[in-house]
Amino acid sequence: MSLSVKHLLGIRELTRQDIELIFQTADQFKEVLQRPIKKVPTLRDTTIVNVFFENSTRTRISFELAEKRLGADVVNFSASGSSVSKGETLIDTVNNILSMKVDMVVMRHSASGAPHFLQKHIQVPIINAGDGINEHPTQALLDAFSIREKLGGVEGKKVAICGDIMHSRVALSNIYCLKKLGAEVTVVGPPTLIPKHIEKALDVNVSYNIREALNWCDVANVLRIQLERQNMPLFSSLREYSLAYGVNRALLDSLQKDILIMHPGPINRGVELSSDVADSGQSIILDQVENGVATRMAVLYLLARKEA
Amino acid sequence: MKSILTERQLAITIDRLSHQLVENHLQFRDTVLIGLQPRGIYLSNRIFHKVQDLLPGVHIPYGRLDITFYRDDYKSEKGLQVPNETDINFSIENKRVILIDDVLYTGRTIRSAMDAMLDFGRPAAVELLVLIDRRFSRELPIQPDYTGRTIDAIITERVKVLWQERDGKDEVVLIA
Repeated sequence: MSLSVKHLLGIRELTRQDIELIFQTADQFKEVLQRPIKKVPTLRDTTIVNVFFENSTRTRISFELAEKRLGADVVNFSASGSSVSKGETLIDTVNNILSMKVDMVVMRHSASGAPHFLQKHIQVPIINAGDGINEHPTQALLDAFSIREKLGGVEGKKVAICGDIMHSRVALSNIYCLKKLGAEVTVVGPPTLIPKHIEKALDVNVSYNIREALNWCDVANVLRIQLERQNMPLFSSLREYSLAYGVNRALLDSLQKDILIMHPGPINRGVELSSDVADSGQSIILDQVENGVATRMAVLYLLARKEA
Repeated sequence: MKSILTERQLAITIDRLSHQLVENHLQFRDTVLIGLQPRGIYLSNRIFHKVQDLLPGVHIPYGRLDITFYRDDYKSEKGLQVPNETDINFSIENKRVILIDDVLYTGRTIRSAMDAMLDFGRPAAVELLVLIDRRFSRELPIQPDYTGRTIDAIITERVKVLWQERDGKDEVVLIA
């Protein structure tokens, strides 16, 4: 049993069998993480570099913990404070790191397609930890893993992805992942934040009415408004966005059923999600974070022995 | 294909092994059973139930251990395996642990198992129970304390233990 890919560039390249193998493996790592000694020696001969050209809290710590819990040696690189500011290129930077005998690269980059480009120039497995507005595969895996854990499966479940679909790599990876696992997906948000023709291109439903979408779904994955990626105004103000598309207690109480609330973090409290909802029993946001480590351990475990 | 243990012989052997455990551990005070995933579990389930029958009213802690993440052949082709469940919901600190597996061959699985087990605490003592001991194929200095049957098989031969629950019948066979 092994994955059909040598790198994890995106969910797009994975098969349903790949995703299920990752989940099966992650189940057992989750058990490892409950033990008094939360560590196994599997990757003790592997050195992994986390190359982060963009800011991150959760993903970076989660990857680092996953690597350490697998017994790997870990090196961290962040663009700020490095020779990138002196003009060193991406390929030069990574090749210089790899020449110090590193076996695997985890990379986040603000340019979409950066890991796909890098993959052609280096000889070791790459895991995409988020590239621009393209994909964030491990986030989608941990999201679907959390849905599977809470609802007993993903097949046939209804998931609403809410908010800034246009600029969200989490949204794209989630759509690929959920569709491959047989879920139904609706994207909901203001028309300016939903890409044109997305229904046909990705086989999802589109809604511009948050109440309607929440009434339909079993799970709502609420995304962050990505102001840093919006270079022109796409809605009039955060306040107006929050009034029209924010998920709050009153809105959830008006629904016919209890739905699960997810968020990939970091939350803009009071914008896309109100504090009382984020901290309520319906929210599985911290379970997502917890599952992130086990899911990433599974991906690292399954890819580490592959020669690129 | 040659039969090594028939259904009836297998049942008698499991009975004997269970009695030997009780003989050495009397009331099973401070003794725990741990079966190795995936195929050792069928044997350890039988042993556990048999010992439980012999010692009614005694609580015997019984766990299952998966060694996938501790293998020393992870980088080789057959090393990458889908992990199985580990379920040890008790402490093994200062306990006498009886590890149970179906076939002892190179000894590498048991080496990994001891590594994995130590992550759950420091046992007072560890014993090894196996159904089949292929005694001339060892690559590590590991020997069983309880043996169902010792066989001399050459490297190209395979020993297969069949279980009713999984394979439809109880039998141990040698495949040339």
